[in-house]
Amino acid sequence: MEAMSAVIRASQLTKKFKNFTAVNNISFTVQQGGIFAFLGPNGAGKSTTIKMLTTLLRPTSGEIDIAGHNVLTEQDAARSSFGIVFQDPSLDDELTAYENMELHAVLYHLPRKDMKQRITELLTLVELESRRDSQVKTFSGGMKRRLEIARGLLHHPQVLFLDEPTIGLDTQTRNLLWDYVKKLNKSENMTIFLTTHYLEEAEMVADRIAIIDHGTIIASGTTAELLKQTKTKNLEAAYLSLTGKTLRDEEVSAREAFRMRARTRRMR
Amino acid sequence: MQEMYILWLRQIRRYTRSKSRIIGAIGQPLLFLLALGYGIGSIYQRAGGGNYIEFLVPGIIVQTTLFGAIFWGINVIWDKQFGFLKETLVAPVSRLRILSGSALGGATTTVFQAALVFVISFALGFRPTNWANVPLALLVVILFSFALACFGAGLAAIVSDFQGFQAINQFLIFPLYFLSSALFPIEYAPPVLKFIASVNPVSYTVDALRTLLVNQSHFGLGLDLLVLGITVVVLATFGVVCFKRIEA
Ligand SMILES: Nc1ncnc2c1ncn2[C@@H]1O[C@H](COP(=O)(O)OP(=O)(O)OP(=O)(O)O)[C@@H](O)[C@H]1O
Ligand SMILES: [Mg+2]
Repeated sequence: MEAMSAVIRASQLTKKFKNFTAVNNISFTVQQGGIFAFLGPNGAGKSTTIKMLTTLLRPTSGEIDIAGHNVLTEQDAARSSFGIVFQDPSLDDELTAYENMELHAVLYHLPRKDMKQRITELLTLVELESRRDSQVKTFSGGMKRRLEIARGLLHHPQVLFLDEPTIGLDTQTRNLLWDYVKKLNKSENMTIFLTTHYLEEAEMVADRIAIIDHGTIIASGTTAELLKQTKTKNLEAAYLSLTGKTLRDEEVSAREAFRMRARTRRMR
Repeated sequence: MQEMYILWLRQIRRYTRSKSRIIGAIGQPLLFLLALGYGIGSIYQRAGGGNYIEFLVPGIIVQTTLFGAIFWGINVIWDKQFGFLKETLVAPVSRLRILSGSALGGATTTVFQAALVFVISFALGFRPTNWANVPLALLVVILFSFALACFGAGLAAIVSDFQGFQAINQFLIFPLYFLSSALFPIEYAPPVLKFIASVNPVSYTVDALRTLLVNQSHFGLGLDLLVLGITVVVLATFGVVCFKRIEA
């Protein structure tokens, strides 16, 4: 039963910011080698959950295990088992594309001898090889995003978190990314935990889906199971029937709005 | 070690790419050196204090170090705001190493600035009395910079924004500097000021440099180094403890 063992195990996870509950008592497991999509409207709590899973935020309560390590008590061990592409920018703008990649490679202990080749390979994949020595601040928003993704794929972790990896990317790059991710998932049995607002992407790549709204998981299962449960014909219809059709914009807090503005400013 | 090296290198790369930062950081000490050196120097000499430039330069070197290293901590706030911090915080590298590597980078740039001020002071007629002591003086500056950079980073980790960081500087760092022996001789100060300057750890670093560079001692080098050692341990520990609590 090796193939069926859980590599992420979250139980009764809660995160409160002051008296606002962003994530409310959620539990789930992700199997080793699975592709798990976490879907939900803006402000549902997806990124907050990922931040807790990746040691960036301390849960208010609950337990998390990744690859057999308790994320709260064995942070350093847990960190060596995953990689992440963040939703928000996380590059050093002053450094060049190559230097950003190099820094990541060293932080993740890639052997020196493979490093140069791997970096070149990935920069070529995202078509940034010709700009490798340009400072990141001279890149367009999409180019920065591609670099973040290339960096996330540089080391091959046991679990890869992708928080809306395809925002701001053109169709070609999106297809390229998902093909590459699926390949990694097959060839290295890498577990993928992703969020996206493009439901067709989730439908295409994920083998299990959880839908979160207002900090609570309201449904989970394979696409087929979700369709059956909601008596709908495609994932988008199922998603809308579960989360309703009202916009979440009005609920977006001031902080979120600020973050969005800061992002678009930086993307320019 | 590799990880610490690359984080150090990042700081050096960022520093060398920003010419305005280099100029900005030595502008303030130079202004002090010129304004005070020439403005007060003649009065100081007439009052029987001797050569003021000689007295002042060690103080200005400490000023460069103190402000340079603590302000370097602002980089941590930038990293938080521009998101890069997340990249280091999820890496399989302990927070202690992340902080040490980066703070070593911050300390290196600060020491470089202090060295620049030292060299520029030659143009004002400053000369160390004994060159053999200069390496030890350098070591003092290195230790002091590193501890302050850790402290600055720790501070940046617990304040949420730029303004908070500035406020702490106004209320903590400026008084620490001006109420030390950096600019005036303690022995002629009024009793209250004399007391404050004597319990201010900055005075001891100033005194150590003054002893080593121009052979003017107030507390004695042994006591200076002891206080410096304690200061370094306390500041670095504070920095590490705060930095470990950081969330992105
Ligand atoms: N540091 C914070 N302080 C206060 N509130 C926060 C903080 N971070 C997130 N929140 C709030 O928690 C809620 C969940 O945010 P989160 O970023 O997890 O949403 P999300 O599901 O990732 O949304 P999106 O699809 O827009 O990325 C939001 O209401 C948000 O305003
Ligand atoms: Mg999000």
